[in-house]
Amino acid sequence: MKTVIEGSHAVSYGVMLSRAEVISAYPITPQTHIVEKLSELCATGELKAKFLMVESEHSAMASCIGASAVGARAFTATSSQGLALMHELLHWASGARLPIVMANVNRTLAPPWNIWCDQTDSLSQRDTGWLQFYCESSQEAIDTVIQAYKISERVSLPSMVVLDAFYLSHTFEPVDIPDRERVDRFLPPYEPKYKLDPKDPKSIGSLTPPDLFTEIKYQMQRAMEEAKSVILQVDDEYLKVFGRRYGLVEAYRCEDAELVLITSGTASSTSREVIDRYRDEGKAIGMLKIRTFRPFPSEEIRRVLKGIPKVAVIDRNISYGMGGIFAEELRSAFCNEEVRPKVFSYIAGLGGRDITQETISDVIEYTLEQDRPEEEIFWPDLRR
Amino acid sequence: MGSQEMKMKRGIPEEEYLMSGHLACAGCGATIAMRYALKALGEDVIVVIPACCWTIIPGAFPHTALKVSLYHAAFETAASTATGVKAGLEMKGDSTTTVLAWAGDGGTFDIGLQALSGAAERNDDFIYICYDNEAYMNTGIQRSSATPFLTWTTTTPVRQAKEEAKKNIMEIMAAHRIPYAATASVAYPEDFFQKMKKAKEIRGLKFIHILASCPTGWRLPSQLSIKAARLAALTRIFPLYEIENGEKYTINLKQEPRPVQEYLKLQGRFSHLTDSEIEVIQENVGRAWERLMKKAGD
Repeated sequence: MKTVIEGSHAVSYGVMLSRAEVISAYPITPQTHIVEKLSELCATGELKAKFLMVESEHSAMASCIGASAVGARAFTATSSQGLALMHELLHWASGARLPIVMANVNRTLAPPWNIWCDQTDSLSQRDTGWLQFYCESSQEAIDTVIQAYKISERVSLPSMVVLDAFYLSHTFEPVDIPDRERVDRFLPPYEPKYKLDPKDPKSIGSLTPPDLFTEIKYQMQRAMEEAKSVILQVDDEYLKVFGRRYGLVEAYRCEDAELVLITSGTASSTSREVIDRYRDEGKAIGMLKIRTFRPFPSEEIRRVLKGIPKVAVIDRNISYGMGGIFAEELRSAFCNEEVRPKVFSYIAGLGGRDITQETISDVIEYTLEQDRPEEEIFWPDLRR
Repeated sequence: MGSQEMKMKRGIPEEEYLMSGHLACAGCGATIAMRYALKALGEDVIVVIPACCWTIIPGAFPHTALKVSLYHAAFETAASTATGVKAGLEMKGDSTTTVLAWAGDGGTFDIGLQALSGAAERNDDFIYICYDNEAYMNTGIQRSSATPFLTWTTTTPVRQAKEEAKKNIMEIMAAHRIPYAATASVAYPEDFFQKMKKAKEIRGLKFIHILASCPTGWRLPSQLSIKAARLAALTRIFPLYEIENGEKYTINLKQEPRPVQEYLKLQGRFSHLTDSEIEVIQENVGRAWERLMKKAGD
């Protein structure tokens, strides 16, 4: 049976069902509803966890790290400036190989002040050693939180479950909340390979000289590579128990397409509508939704886009001096291929500007008209 | 303890949790402090250490001179990481292990103060020790807010020695009304040991501020390290006292004071001081003592 709940609360219920043991957080719009609900679930006893309301996001992540290091399942949620403040600790979490799960509600970074959606906050954390999953719906959010614990605990790396500010975090949708006993069977208690234990003393994070350091970082990269197959295995297990799967990427009506849109997050839902309309008109347009950004699913993307002449990447983010971050990653996935699509890079929807059906249609029409991109970046919703 | 100068090592166990092979400088007060702290706490402990001299002292991976569990944490997170360790242990059904946050003065007075204040306000259940060597010694003797007035450091050169007073961290902690705060000194290991024992039995945040003499940074011959720490107490520059619940002050050492000059003249970091500057320091120490006496009701 489906229940109508807010996107933020879908995350909270996912955390409850995952039986997180330590939750540490600091308020920031538009994340607050996630931890408000969790504090309520802890107060009623529905979730048996320590709820720490700390004095900054930096301390939120530090206390998650401490809790995870002694073997407790830890969770925090943040957004925007909070995530930026946490940045240093993201490296501390992944470097110590701690399977913390965090929800990040995509909000842009100031100045100027703006509380609305874009992905610049989470994509600025690209190189911190965290897995990143971009969710399209509340259902995907709750399912991804539960999956993320299982994946992270297998590969000993933390996960960031990312959802669009307001479009997803504050929108009410019908959600199938998984049955608690089935989640318990799917996600058994966390049994760390290594933890801080006074009965078996060890040091974690000691000074490591150059002759041993590379090997430790190599292991992190191997764990990220291994995560791709673990994500798919866990997804398959999830499908068997709960009837839903999401994949590393999702190809939507890409068969024989002359143009494929590359999207992530809620812009994917809007894009589906537009693509259906084009298909109804007999135009072969498809969509590739990138759900897993780290590890980056290069092979899957190459497989889906094989033989596709053009792709149009819609980036709700920007790396100043380069351009759209998904476009950049996509180009690098193809750089050694003999046959590769023309990549059109569009920046749209920054700071909460709606990515409308009209914007997406403009992107499609423009890409169809051109043989090759005349510009490195196109700005379809820029006011000139 | 009373007014008599305390004797060394009475009642302190022989078990060692800090082994030979560590990387500390000769005469390092911070190393002596850790040795006695662990003797008081025993093996059922998890230590959290942020960036500080103690990041280096245990030795490089895969070696360690410590026989207890140690977590290396980010510079400003000694308190917040310890909060998480304690919460995690409680959720795992372990209510007996002592969590010890162990930070230098930079990690406490400066960059870690926000996290420490947060943990104090929440009264999180762990022991926080600030081993205070009065500057950023691990990075090469740069001034911190724990550096005393008119001290030379590599960022407060003699021509512009530190113009500001040492931050009063004990009053900051007292204002948080934590159950227990105390000063200690490596020259008074028995006093420190007893304070650690006391802290171990109290629930909530316990803060111990131990003066850890630093021959390297204080420009002090290593064999005079303990003598300098002792003189800091005997001159009342660094008095030994306890504060319970932010209100009840107890002064542990109340002998006739020695002149501050005896402490200052041992150390190269004060060698530039003029007689009139020493006089100002003496007056400041006298005033601070009066304030402390008033609080203690003595």
